[in-house]
Amino acid sequence: MAIFQARTRLFRSFSTLSSKPLRVCVVGSGPAGFYTAEKMLKAHQNSEIDIIDRLPVPFGLVRSGVAPDHPETKIVINQFSRVAKHERCSFFGNVTLGSSISLAELRELYHVVVLAYGAESDRSLGIPGENLKGVHSAREFVWWYNGHPDCQNLDPDLKNSNTAVILGQGNVALDVARILLRPTTELATTDIASRALAALEESSIRKVYLVGRRGPAQAACTAKELREVLGIHNLDIHILEADLLLTPADEEELKSSRIQKRVYELLSKAANTRHAHTGLDQRELHFVFFRKPDCFLESECRTGHVSGVHFEKTILKGISPGKQIATGTGQFEDIKCGMVLKSIGYKSVPVDGLPFDHQKGVVPNNKGRVLRDAKGGSTLLEEGLYVCGWLKRGPTGIIATNLYCAEETVFSISEDLEKGVLASSLPLQKPGREGLLKLLYDRNIRIVSFGDWEKIDSEERRLGSLRNKPREKLSTWEELQKAFME
Amino acid sequence: MSNLRLARVGAWMAKELCRAKFTSMSTAGYVQRGRNQHSQRPFEQLSQGPMIQKHCYLSTMTSNDTSKEGSEQKTISVTFVDKDGEEKNIEVPIGMSMLEAAHQNDIELEGACEGSLACSTCHVIVMDEDYYNKLEEPTDEENDMLDLAFGLTETSRLGCQVIAKPELDGIRLAIPAATRNFAVDGYVPKPH
Ligand SMILES: Cc1cc2nc3c(=O)[nH]c(=O)nc-3n(C[C@H](O)[C@H](O)[C@H](O)COP(=O)(O)OP(=O)(O)OC[C@H]3O[C@@H](n4cnc5c(N)ncnc54)[C@H](O)[C@@H]3O)c2cc1C
Ligand SMILES: NC(=O)c1ccc[n+]([C@@H]2O[C@H](COP(=O)([O-])OP(=O)(O)OC[C@H]3O[C@@H](n4cnc5c(N)ncnc54)[C@H](OP(=O)(O)O)[C@@H]3O)[C@@H](O)[C@H]2O)c1
Ligand code: FES
Repeated sequence: MAIFQARTRLFRSFSTLSSKPLRVCVVGSGPAGFYTAEKMLKAHQNSEIDIIDRLPVPFGLVRSGVAPDHPETKIVINQFSRVAKHERCSFFGNVTLGSSISLAELRELYHVVVLAYGAESDRSLGIPGENLKGVHSAREFVWWYNGHPDCQNLDPDLKNSNTAVILGQGNVALDVARILLRPTTELATTDIASRALAALEESSIRKVYLVGRRGPAQAACTAKELREVLGIHNLDIHILEADLLLTPADEEELKSSRIQKRVYELLSKAANTRHAHTGLDQRELHFVFFRKPDCFLESECRTGHVSGVHFEKTILKGISPGKQIATGTGQFEDIKCGMVLKSIGYKSVPVDGLPFDHQKGVVPNNKGRVLRDAKGGSTLLEEGLYVCGWLKRGPTGIIATNLYCAEETVFSISEDLEKGVLASSLPLQKPGREGLLKLLYDRNIRIVSFGDWEKIDSEERRLGSLRNKPREKLSTWEELQKAFME
Repeated sequence: MSNLRLARVGAWMAKELCRAKFTSMSTAGYVQRGRNQHSQRPFEQLSQGPMIQKHCYLSTMTSNDTSKEGSEQKTISVTFVDKDGEEKNIEVPIGMSMLEAAHQNDIELEGACEGSLACSTCHVIVMDEDYYNKLEEPTDEENDMLDLAFGLTETSRLGCQVIAKPELDGIRLAIPAATRNFAVDGYVPKPH
């Protein structure tokens, strides 16, 4: 009760700020959520923004996606923290849209709701054997090594085999390959989850296959990540020279894309580098192109476990200028392995009452305005409902992409406010924060404020300093709960 | 450096004085400042997100002082053209990056990674090719980040990597706009 009263007092002090605040709720505290909040605060001096997140910790994939050995990328947390501490902004963690509160309830409470809850599921291959033990999605594996509380029981078996296959050649695939192959002494001083570090220290994986269904001219990764993985200490890179041959269509594609061109050049250079590493700790990374997974193979001695992947060789077929897709050739090949990580893309999940395009895995929208009908053509809007980030565009793009994405969504909101699109709700005094806190209090949901997060944060730093790490993440729900309840 | 430390102590004191951010609105900036300790690169902590900038007068003031006081320190003139085409001319001390200079002067140049070459949000477009040619070639690492910059042009650079030097006196830098087509002073970006 005390908390609630304190919150109510806080709220009162806010309402004096402006006689008629624009009440905005942002769902999700990843880059899309924080950039939206930042731009809204700036564009609308009368706005009051509440950011909710299902986790007790903020920052979305900046905390649970960005690799532990990329601390510079996470510096953006400084900027997001300043937003969270802005006098017209609040963070409420441990609040899940869809279970703590419904979308309809949220829309009742606020003038504007911006959904920025990312993509927390996986694209599936839909091929036999996908459920075998040892086949994981990269998302789960990443959450595991980054200390996300939902995947601490993943317990991937890194000891029964020396080979792992990663499906897909995007940046996430490269991240997980790097974590599997990088000397653990180098990971030990990062904020990697200690559970994962311990497992990686005992890992017997020495050989990783990164398999793409298209060619090196179409690899989805970027040069920065590629350069990094190619530079791992004691790692031999294998690329078939024949795979590097370019067709005229490939050349055309490379000409029009600076990223692709630079990625291709790096791969060609790596293919021509002699293998110099020998010895015990030597590791191998194989880039395999033109192979699409056909089915997963089950181990004969360990029933229910994966023992390899059956691939169909592919060739590329142009479907439109600059776009070639992989088609099967009817020739097959197996790669034996003890673990498979599917890194073929994330997928958003809908909540009740939200229009959703199941095929694309996004919320149908016009520049961030949620459209009533998931099928194209409709221009009817869901009044006061907006979307941003991976939920809006699909699961691609770097952190900065969400900045421009947020700019677009906030621009749409501003335009709608100006044009009177929100006229039916604007004159109403919406309960906003006070209403949200009351509802959550009635449901016995303990919110985690930004101040509570700061307690977790300093505890994590303290634990980290004991181990020469920047932080030791509290990664189970119990640990987290203990930290903010204290 | 000692100025910076002073600013930090000030921030810390302010933080201790008003533990809750609502006790006194006017000190919110100090509170924010004092608790931002994620970055291990103290110098970069000076760069502020544009939005919060105005609150941080303590640290900004001290650093401005150094540039004014130091008569031995030379500056160059730099013009930023913002997203709306508005121009702002500032003096930048030799050796300072355009990102830091922008932030010290309330210019809205993003800098998500605070100059660590890990984000591409500090993207600027050198508006005059002659000036572009006076810059050192971007490193592979800068090019890797430029690959991902929004609205890349042939004279794009990362603001945190462009360091003020005498030859750059008079340089004009445009900050690309996201929400509308970019065309400042008739400059039409060419694809790479
Ligand atoms: C493994 C990986 C590594 C990456 N590394 C980099 C990198 O190094 N550099 C880079 O620039 N980009 C990187 N990216 C891309 C970047 O992380 C994304 O572009 C960005 O995080 C997407 O932002 P978002 O806000 O849409 O989603 P997210 O960051 O996923 O944020 C969504 C938030 O919503 C919350 N949420 C989910 N469901 C609910 C619900 N029902 N109710 C309430 N809250 C909910 C989640 O807890 C989360 O905090 C990486 C991505 C991945 C997957
Ligand atoms: N350091 C960083 O900047 C960083 C780090 C991590 C992630 N990110 C970003 O986060 C986003 C998500 O990354 P991601 O790697 O998940 O996605 P991604 O870049 O879209 O890569 C997906 C990969 O999966 C393949 N794929 C998709 N469907 C497939 C199927 N059915 N069968 C076989 N292969 C399939 C794709 O091949 P096709 O090309 O043939 O479709 C591609 O190689 C990206 O934009 C990425 O840049 C950035
Ligand atoms: S500020 Fe991040 S790259 Fe320049």
